[in-house]
Amino acid sequence: MVARTAFPFVVVGGVWELVARSGIFPRRLFPPLEEIADTFWRLTAAGILPHHALETVVRLIVGFGMGAVVGVALGIIMGRSRRAEDIFLPLVSIGAPIPGLAYAPLFLLWFGLGEVGAVILVGFVSAFPIILNSWTGVKAVKEIWIRAAQVMGANDRRLFRQVILPGALPYILTGLRLGLAQAWRILVGVEMLAAVPWGLGWMIFGAREFLNTDVMLAGIVVIGAIGLALEKLVFQRLEQFTVVRWGMITS
Amino acid sequence: MNASGQRARSTRRAVVTLAAAAALYELMARSGLFPAALMPTLPTVATTLTAMLLDGTMLRHAIYTLYRLLFGLGLAIAVGLPLGILMGRFRAVEHFFLPLVSVLMPIPSLAWVPVFILWFGIGNTTTILIVFYSATFPMLLNAWTGVRSVNPLWLRAAGAMGAQGHVLFWKVIIPGASPFIIIGFRQAVLRAWIAVVGAEIIAASAWGLGWVIYDAKEFLNADVMLASLAVIGCIGFFFERLVLGAIERATILRWGMVQTAKS
Amino acid sequence: MYHIEVRNVTLAYDTPGGRVPGVQDVSFSLEASEFLCIVGRSGCGKTTLLNILAGFLTPAEGEIRVGGKAIAGHGLDRGIVFQDFAQLFPWRTALENVAFGLEMKGVPQAEREAIAMKQLELVKLEKFARSYPHHLSGGMQQRVAIARALAYSPAVLLMDEPFAALDALTREEMQRLLADVWRETRKTVIYVTHNVAEAVFLADRVVVMTPHPGTVKAELPIRLSRPRDPLSVEFLEYQKELLRHLTEQAAKA
Repeated sequence: MVARTAFPFVVVGGVWELVARSGIFPRRLFPPLEEIADTFWRLTAAGILPHHALETVVRLIVGFGMGAVVGVALGIIMGRSRRAEDIFLPLVSIGAPIPGLAYAPLFLLWFGLGEVGAVILVGFVSAFPIILNSWTGVKAVKEIWIRAAQVMGANDRRLFRQVILPGALPYILTGLRLGLAQAWRILVGVEMLAAVPWGLGWMIFGAREFLNTDVMLAGIVVIGAIGLALEKLVFQRLEQFTVVRWGMITS
Repeated sequence: MNASGQRARSTRRAVVTLAAAAALYELMARSGLFPAALMPTLPTVATTLTAMLLDGTMLRHAIYTLYRLLFGLGLAIAVGLPLGILMGRFRAVEHFFLPLVSVLMPIPSLAWVPVFILWFGIGNTTTILIVFYSATFPMLLNAWTGVRSVNPLWLRAAGAMGAQGHVLFWKVIIPGASPFIIIGFRQAVLRAWIAVVGAEIIAASAWGLGWVIYDAKEFLNADVMLASLAVIGCIGFFFERLVLGAIERATILRWGMVQTAKS
Repeated sequence: MYHIEVRNVTLAYDTPGGRVPGVQDVSFSLEASEFLCIVGRSGCGKTTLLNILAGFLTPAEGEIRVGGKAIAGHGLDRGIVFQDFAQLFPWRTALENVAFGLEMKGVPQAEREAIAMKQLELVKLEKFARSYPHHLSGGMQQRVAIARALAYSPAVLLMDEPFAALDALTREEMQRLLADVWRETRKTVIYVTHNVAEAVFLADRVVVMTPHPGTVKAELPIRLSRPRDPLSVEFLEYQKELLRHLTEQAAKA
């Protein structure tokens, strides 16, 4: 199993190494693997890479956190109230299809080139899928659950907490997952545009000036690792504990 | 209240909302609290948009963007679709590519922009490759899932009726997998759209809707920015609702193979 | 005094095609602890009637009295079991599902779990108290639903074809179980079905409804001793008579 998983990486690594050492491309632009690994350790040992990664993750958490809170709340309100749906749905449907990074110049102009603009943009962009999925989730709660709960004397508050919220949870989790993925994709781009001193996006973009391809590739490795960890560790766990256990989605 | 009355009320409220949002914006723009360069009034934006539409610059930006989008998307389909289907049919292919895909997929396509700029320079190649990178994975993964999820009963039924080899493939497996393939196409288009604008913003290249937004920021031309955003929004809306919606209505919805969400 | 009185209940639906009569001028009444079956083909308004009884729909005319009081909306005096297996909350275990009504009443946790456990014993599912619904078979899920409807001790049990989606063998088993549960709890039951044999097996009295508009065609007391033998001559005679009422209408339409 391990050998089978490792095999494709060995092949791709081998091809990379061959091309890098063949001298077809300048070494600065196409460094061999050991050079990338070397840079990776050097930057890690010096604390530079961890610092960049930490700043990026903090930005992600703060931005996504804002987007999640606002998005889930707004989506649920839209699902529960026809009036709120009529008011907010047009705005959301107009805003959602615009690629997140297209807002970046505007946000940087309005909220400043630095930290604030970047974080607000990340939250703003991640809110769209969260709103839309929470809204759908509340509307998709089975009528029969609501009826059964009402018959058993659930008042509005309890109906919301004990039936609508858990009933909508599969959709809400999907929304959070999509929102986090969007936040992650956008954040790397925003860090290249905004004037922030630290951050993985900034690091790989800045490395361009000095043709440090090895730094860029080391940065991409970390970016990939964080992306994978978000997906596997955070959301798969959360789903295992809730909707998968309840049989509401199959894992 | 009956359904059509409710729809009419929703439409009315939507119009009111949008009008209110526009009015609020206009009020803030005219209040003088913010510099006019940062928050231009709506008539200014409309004038800029009309001017850019009339002198053809907006069209040229849009054509550049669409060219990169379609080129990259075409590449993504040409690679992602066959590879996904092969992965679904042959275990060896699956074992080789799946680990690579799962490692590459979580890397945002924009992270490759600086590397691609170094390798290919600023311009079409870089942007097209970024589009390709972002659109391939949804295409590939959905084709793979689709082929694997073809109902085994259909395979048995077709086999009992004498279908095998490429007949089985073209008449049963591909149609059976098509709901996923179409969903994959949809995701690929949306990802590609996000990627092309993003890549144009970062890998600036003199033309393209993403570039014009970024360029406008340098000169504090918020009116140009908002005008371009409007065009981007319209194109995105057009793709999402009209093109993809029409494809889905003509295929998987007609076949009843996916349930539309209850509203 | 009757436990449940349905008096001249009428309700029409608005559809895009115009007004469709759901039920028209339906009247009948039940003694306490009586088991009443409402039989009819689909579209005869029997489910509409049950929804009115449950309080989900308000009749345009007429009224329903339970224990002498006119009902308004749903209430804890009536428990309901639907046909759809999905009625259980998937995020709650069998025990937590059964305890839901007690939780709404504010019964402390230990007490409500003890009561819920008793109800699960009644439907012979005490071993599955900690299972989530998706791990239970359809028949088991419906048994949990029955236990859930009984747990907060409503005087009336409303059942909307609860066994219609089960296979024939499971259905028979469930009917025997329900007959036992009813004998033990002495609830007043209104049970909607399109299955004539099921009605004869379970009911003290059967109300036959016919469609367009939904009205009561006939009432037939089932005077058979319990437990009933579905293969006895008398049992089959009752079935024949019910079928005659149902097919007469079909021939006319």
